[in-house]
Amino acid sequence: MISLARPAVNALGLLTLVALFVLAVLALGVVPPDAVQGDAQRLMYVHVPAAWLAYLAFFVTAVSSALYLWPRTRQPGWDLLAGSSAEIGVIFTGLTLVLGSLWGRPVWGAWWVWDARLVTTAVLFFLYLGYLALRRVPADPDVRARRAAIAALIAFVDVPIVHFSVNWWRTLHQEATVFNPDLDAQIEGSMAWTLLFAVVAFTLAYGYLMARRVQLARLEEGREERELDAAIAARVASGSERTDLEDRVPGEGTGKGNIGDPAVAGAGEHR
Amino acid sequence: MSLAREVWLVAGKDLRVEARSRVTLNQVLPFGAVVLLLFAFALDPDRGLLSEVAPGLFWVAVLLAAVLAVSRSFAVEAEHGAIDGLRLSGLDGASVFLGKTLAIAVQLLLLELVLGIGVVVFYDTAVRSVAVLVLAGVAATVGIAATGTLFGVLAAGLRTRETLVPLLLLPIVAPVMLGATRAFEAGLDGVPSEAWPWVQLLALFAVLYLGVGVLAFGSLLEDA
Repeated sequence: MISLARPAVNALGLLTLVALFVLAVLALGVVPPDAVQGDAQRLMYVHVPAAWLAYLAFFVTAVSSALYLWPRTRQPGWDLLAGSSAEIGVIFTGLTLVLGSLWGRPVWGAWWVWDARLVTTAVLFFLYLGYLALRRVPADPDVRARRAAIAALIAFVDVPIVHFSVNWWRTLHQEATVFNPDLDAQIEGSMAWTLLFAVVAFTLAYGYLMARRVQLARLEEGREERELDAAIAARVASGSERTDLEDRVPGEGTGKGNIGDPAVAGAGEHR
Repeated sequence: MSLAREVWLVAGKDLRVEARSRVTLNQVLPFGAVVLLLFAFALDPDRGLLSEVAPGLFWVAVLLAAVLAVSRSFAVEAEHGAIDGLRLSGLDGASVFLGKTLAIAVQLLLLELVLGIGVVVFYDTAVRSVAVLVLAGVAATVGIAATGTLFGVLAAGLRTRETLVPLLLLPIVAPVMLGATRAFEAGLDGVPSEAWPWVQLLALFAVLYLGVGVLAFGSLLEDA
């Protein structure tokens, strides 16, 4: 459904690499430093797109989960997409927090402040970390997919509530510079273009990572099927004689809890 | 059978189990009290911090106790295949969800009452607007119970449920923790007007997750 052909993925990867390289040159060499914050402000060109990517990833997770739950569009592919996207989202949420922390230290004078957006992002990080933990528990694929999809939507519904509650609570983070309520971008030209380019480059990276993750999941599935076939063949060959096949049944050592975990690994789990 | 009757059947069953086993009374409640005691060790009582941060400490203790109450609510179903009985009972998934939520909420409210008295006595806290505390307490408790029941059934039957439920539940109820603490601060200070936005937030959270539970619980119960 969503898997790209191998050459297309490779081309996307190359394009991403080039875009990220150009971004590095632009952000570090071409764009002038901020008048007030100096070179520290250059972190914006990775911090903001990382945050964008995290939100994009969680949005894709929510949409894929909803599509999985909707009976007419129910396909294992949506579950795979939701899980892959959440993995990337969690990594980039973590990256956003770390990069923000590095930026905050010189500018705000602290690694961490209890500001609304920081707190919201931290909660988001743990929400989806829990979601991934739930995915890692082996179970029948259909059951696990349904469970994960519902958990993803439960988490997604929470995001605006967390956002508003924390906003009421406290705000120190600078207001949105580009998408402010007046739609009057308060950012100098070359900086704005570099930031826009950074967002595009990170979005490409997201596409590439997703494509690779889905490829990997397909390979895992294929291996499990082959191992299962081999185990069945071995048992058939051994006739009625009982062997220690249980020890060789697939699921063991297949990267416990990866997205394509086999049904067999958790067959005993499902009651 | 009407919805209310079905809900009451499930809630009554859970509360009867509790009345006979007294696990919440004998284990979860003392646990909450110990947490309050430990806060006094952590924040030297002589510095006057305790009465200032009492609302936050109270809700942290309640949340930790709620995790245990949720685990208990589904441990009961795991024994002797009781959950199969629940599935075969012909009760609507929504009724089972609301019933179990109600039972957890009732237990938590009683626990909050006792812990609240403990906070007033041991942390030297003055209470000014009782109505605010009651409203915020009920709204927050329903929200915690609803999300707890959802994650309880989600993790029911999984080997790692004891560790999974807190990881899933605590970030989700972060807004409840925030709202309930702020509302309680306003209630203790006697400025109800500051508490209203928070009470509304708590009510919104509770209604939202009651809705999600009514829609999703049936399918989760089938899979559990």
